[in-house]
Amino acid sequence: MSSSPQPPMPNPPNHGVEVTTQQAKRKTRRAFIGFAGAGLFGAGAWAWLGSRSLENALPWPFRKAHEFNEQIGRALFDPNRLAPEFSPTMAREPRPNGPHGMPVATATDWKVAIEWANGKQSLSVAELFKDVPRVESTTEFKCIEGWSSIVTWGGIRLVDAAKKHGWPVSDFEYVSMMTPDGAYYVGLDRPSALHPQTLLCDTMNGEPLTALHGAPVRLIIPVKYGIKNIKWIGRIAFMNIRPDDYWAQRGYDWYSGL
Amino acid sequence: MPRLVSKHPLYVRITHWINVPVLFLMIWSGILIYWAHDIYEIRIGGLLIFKFFPDWVYKVLNAEASLAKGMSIHFALAWLFAINGIVYVTLTFITGYWRNLMPNRRTPMEALHVMLHDLKLRKEKPPQGMFNAAQKLAYCGVITMGAGSLFTGLAILKPVQLSWLTFVFGGYEFARLLHFALTIGYVMFFLVHIAQVIRAGWNNFRAMVSGYEVEPHQEKPSDVVVSTTTHA
Repeated sequence: MSSSPQPPMPNPPNHGVEVTTQQAKRKTRRAFIGFAGAGLFGAGAWAWLGSRSLENALPWPFRKAHEFNEQIGRALFDPNRLAPEFSPTMAREPRPNGPHGMPVATATDWKVAIEWANGKQSLSVAELFKDVPRVESTTEFKCIEGWSSIVTWGGIRLVDAAKKHGWPVSDFEYVSMMTPDGAYYVGLDRPSALHPQTLLCDTMNGEPLTALHGAPVRLIIPVKYGIKNIKWIGRIAFMNIRPDDYWAQRGYDWYSGL
Repeated sequence: MPRLVSKHPLYVRITHWINVPVLFLMIWSGILIYWAHDIYEIRIGGLLIFKFFPDWVYKVLNAEASLAKGMSIHFALAWLFAINGIVYVTLTFITGYWRNLMPNRRTPMEALHVMLHDLKLRKEKPPQGMFNAAQKLAYCGVITMGAGSLFTGLAILKPVQLSWLTFVFGGYEFARLLHFALTIGYVMFFLVHIAQVIRAGWNNFRAMVSGYEVEPHQEKPSDVVVSTTTHA
C-alpha cells in the first residue's frame, strides 16, 4: 500500500445503536402495531367510501371525484385545440352500439324542436341545414368502452347553426339534446357544444346517415366520448341548469370530455 | 447486545405502503375498464398463446359489466397514485437517496451476476451496497414504469386537450396498449418482488415496516467500526 491517505468512504457504514433484545422486540412490536393500524384505517376508509349513499348510481365520494376532475377538464379546455384529423381514406364504419331512442321508422316530416327560456323553433332537417356552410371532417370516434374508429362526418357546425337561426347560446351554460321519444338524452357544457368540430351531421363516410347511425340528424362532438354523440336528434334545448344525461344517471362521468 | 441498524427512511416506507393498496386497486379498476373492450392477446404465427383475459379471470375479480364503476375508482385513485409517486421521487432527490438507486455503466453486468448468484449458478457474492445491481434496475425500472403509466393514462384520458402527448405515445390506440402493457409489467415485477422478499427473510421485511434491521450480537466490534471511529 502506498502512504497516500485513503479517500474517505462516500457512505460511512451505518452501525446503528446497541439495544437489549427486549428493546429490539418492543420496537419491532410497536412498528408492526402501527403498520396494522394503518392497514385497518385504509381498509376502513375504503369500506366507508364504497358504502356512501348513491348519487346517480355512484357512491357520492366517487361522483364528487368525477366532478372535481371535470373542473380540471374544463379549466384545461381550449376551444382552439382540435381533435386530430385524418385522411378520409382511413375512414371506416364505426360500431353502431347504442340503440336507445332509435325510432321505429324515420319519419319523412322529421322536426327538430329548439327550445330556450323564452323561445321556441321547430325546424325540418332541410330548414336546419339551409344556408349554413357544410363541413366534412375525419376524426377518431372514441367509445367510452375503449374502442375507436376513424370516420368522416359531414354536416354543419353547431355554432354556425346557432348563428344562422339566432339561438341565444351565449345566454346559457348548457345544451340538452334528446331523441324524439325522450328515451336517450345527453347534457353538454356550452364550450364543448360550441367547439368548431362539434357538428350536426347528416352524412357518414360520404353517404347519407343510415337509420342505425342516427338518420336523419345526429351529433358529432369529438371532444367527448361516443355516449355524448347523440343520434336521432328530436330536441335541442339551451338551459342554465345541468341537463340530465342518460349515461351519467347510470354511473358515468357527466362531463366525459376528451 | 443486538444492534438496530436503520435501513429505510420513513418517507420511503410510507409511500411504499400507500402504493401497495393503491396500485392494487388501480390494476383491479383498470381491469374493470379493460373488460369493456378486451382485445389484447398474444399470438405466435396464427396460434393464440394467451388472451387477456380468460373469462375466469373476470369472474374471480368480479370485473364483469362494471365499466362505470371501474372508471369512477380509477380516476379518483389516480390522484393518490400520482401524488404518492411524485412525493416519493421528489424526496429521493432532495435527500440524495436517489444515488442508492441510480444504475451506472457497471450495473447491467453486476445485475447478471446477482441473478446467477440467486439462481445458485455462481458462488461468488455480488457487491450489495444499499441495493444490489439487480435491485437498482428493478426499482428504477418500476419507478419509470409508474411515470409511464401516469403519462400514457393522461394521453388516453385527454386525447384532444393533450393530443401532443397522445401523439408522442403513438396515437390513441397505441397509448392504450402501452398503458395496458405497463400494468402487465407491474404484475411481473410484483411476482418477482414477492419471491425475493420471501427469500430475503424476516429481517429484511421488518426493515420495510419498522425502518431498521436487527444485527445479532457480536463479540467484538468489526474492523469497519474501528476504522470509522478513528476516522471521525
